[in-house]
Amino acid sequence: MANAAHTNTTIDIQGIVKHFGDQLVLDELSLEVFTGETIVIIGGSGCGKSVLLKHMIGILKPERGRIFINGTDIVPLSESRLLEIRSQFGMVFQSSALFDSMNVWENVAFSLTEHKTMPRKEIDERVKYCLDLVGLGGAGEKNPAELSGGMRKRVGVARAIAHEPKIILYDEPTTGLDPVTGDTINDLIIRARERLAVTSVAVTHDLHSAYKIADRIAMMVNGKITVVGTPSEIRASEDRALRQFIGTSGTAAFMG
Amino acid sequence: MRKEPSMHLETSGAQFMTRLLAPLRELGTFLGKRFSDFVTHLGGMTHLLASSIAVSFTHPPRWREITRQMFNFGVQSAPVVLLTGMATGAILALQTWYQFRLMQMESLIGPVVSLSMTNELGPLLTGLMVAGRMGAAMAAELGTMRVTEQIDALRSLATDPVRYLVVPRLIAGFIMIPMLTAFAIAIGIAGGAVVAIHLKGVNATFYWEKTKLWTEPSDIWVGIIKSAVFAMIIVIVACYRGVNASGGAEGVGKATTGTVVTACVSILISDFFLTNILF
Repeated sequence: MANAAHTNTTIDIQGIVKHFGDQLVLDELSLEVFTGETIVIIGGSGCGKSVLLKHMIGILKPERGRIFINGTDIVPLSESRLLEIRSQFGMVFQSSALFDSMNVWENVAFSLTEHKTMPRKEIDERVKYCLDLVGLGGAGEKNPAELSGGMRKRVGVARAIAHEPKIILYDEPTTGLDPVTGDTINDLIIRARERLAVTSVAVTHDLHSAYKIADRIAMMVNGKITVVGTPSEIRASEDRALRQFIGTSGTAAFMG
Repeated sequence: MRKEPSMHLETSGAQFMTRLLAPLRELGTFLGKRFSDFVTHLGGMTHLLASSIAVSFTHPPRWREITRQMFNFGVQSAPVVLLTGMATGAILALQTWYQFRLMQMESLIGPVVSLSMTNELGPLLTGLMVAGRMGAAMAAELGTMRVTEQIDALRSLATDPVRYLVVPRLIAGFIMIPMLTAFAIAIGIAGGAVVAIHLKGVNATFYWEKTKLWTEPSDIWVGIIKSAVFAMIIVIVACYRGVNASGGAEGVGKATTGTVVTACVSILISDFFLTNILF
C-alpha cells in the first residue's frame, strides 16, 4: 500500500487508535507531515502528544491504523526492521533522556560508535561539530548529572542530530526552561532545519515556541487533530478549542 | 438515611445471596487477575529470555559491556557471598558436631558439610544473596533508565535494548554466578573444617579422607548447573521488571522489591525441581 503515500510526504498517519487501559489516547488520528517542513503539534498537557510522537518512530504501536514513513507502513514491522527505519530519525526527549552512565561526548557519539559507520577521527569531528552547534563545545567530558536542564536539552539535540537524521522529533523541547534558554532551543531547531534540511515534528504546549519555529501548526484535542494550518491561519482560526487554548496560554504567558 | 431500614426489609432472597456472595466474587476476580498477571509476566520473561538467546547467537558479544557487568557482579556480590558461604559451612559443622558427637561420628562432619555445600547450600545461598544484591541493583538501574526515557532513547537511536542491556548482563551473570558459587562452596568447606578440626578437635586426616571419599565431582557439577539456572532467573527477572517499570520513582522501587521477591521464590521453586532432576 506504499502508493497511499504522497511523494513529498515524509510521515503519513492514517486513522491510528491507541488505548492505555480503558483510556482512549489516540482516536482515529490522521496527520500528514511534508518533506522538509517543521510541523508543531500543540495541545493541553496529557492529550497524547508525546504518545503520538512515539508512534511516529515505532516505539509505541497503534491498535488500528497505519503509519507510513517515506512510503513504508511501519505498523506491521518487526523490532529489527524498525531499528533500520529508526536510523533515519533523531528524537529529542522531554526529559532529555541522556544516558547517565556516559559523559556528554559519549552520549552524542552514541549512534556513531554504536553503528560503526565511520572511523574514530571522523566521529570526533562530527561530535565536535554537533556540540559546537548547540553551544556546548567544551562540555564533552562532563557527566549529564553536572549539567543544567537547558544544557541537558541541548546535549539531547546534539545527540539527536549526530547521525544526520532525515527526520527529527522534538518532545516538548522548551518545556521547563526559562524563556531565554527556551529561545536558544527554538533557534537551535530553526538552525538544525536550515543546516541539515530535515523534516521536523515538535510537540509542545508553548505557543510562543510554536509560532516561532513552525511552518504549520496542528491542534490536538482528545486524541484527534482538529485544526492544521500555517501560524497565520492558526492565529485567524475561529475553532473554539483552539481559541480557548490560545486564550489560556496567552493569559498564562502574560501572568507568568 | 430514613430509607435505610425499609430497604433492608425489601431485600429479596436473590439480592441477599448476591450480597453474601459479593466478597467471594471479589476474591475470584482478585485471584483471576493475579493468575492472568502471573501468566502474562511468565510469558514476558520467557520471551525476553528467548530473544536474548537469539540475539546472543546472531550478534557478536559486546565484551566491554560484559566485562563491566562481570566486574559489577564480582565486586558487589563477592563479599556477601563469601561471608554467607563461610558462616554457613562453619555453623553447619558446629550443628553437626553437636549431633554426631553423641554417636562418635565426628569424622563424618566433613562429608556432611561438603555434600550440603556443593549440592545445595552453595548454589542456593549464592543465588539468594546475588538476587538480593545484583538483582535489585540491576532492576533499579534499568527501571530508572525506563522511567527517565533512556530506554526509549536507546530505541530511538536504532539500538536494541535487549542486545545492549540484557544480553551483556545475562552473559556476565552466566559466567560470574557459577564462579561465585564455586567460591562459596570452597570457603564453606574451609569454614566447616576450621570449626571441626581447630575448634572441636576432630582428627584432620580422618576429616579430609572422609570428605574426599564421599564427595564426587558430580556433586560439584550439580551445584554449578544449579547456579547457572539461578543466574538466568536472576538476570531475566531483574531485566524484565526493570525494563517494564512504570510510574517514576515509586515504580522503580516496586520493580526492585518485586525482583528480589520473584527471583528468590523462583530460585527456591526451581531448586526443588532441579534437585529432583539432577539426582
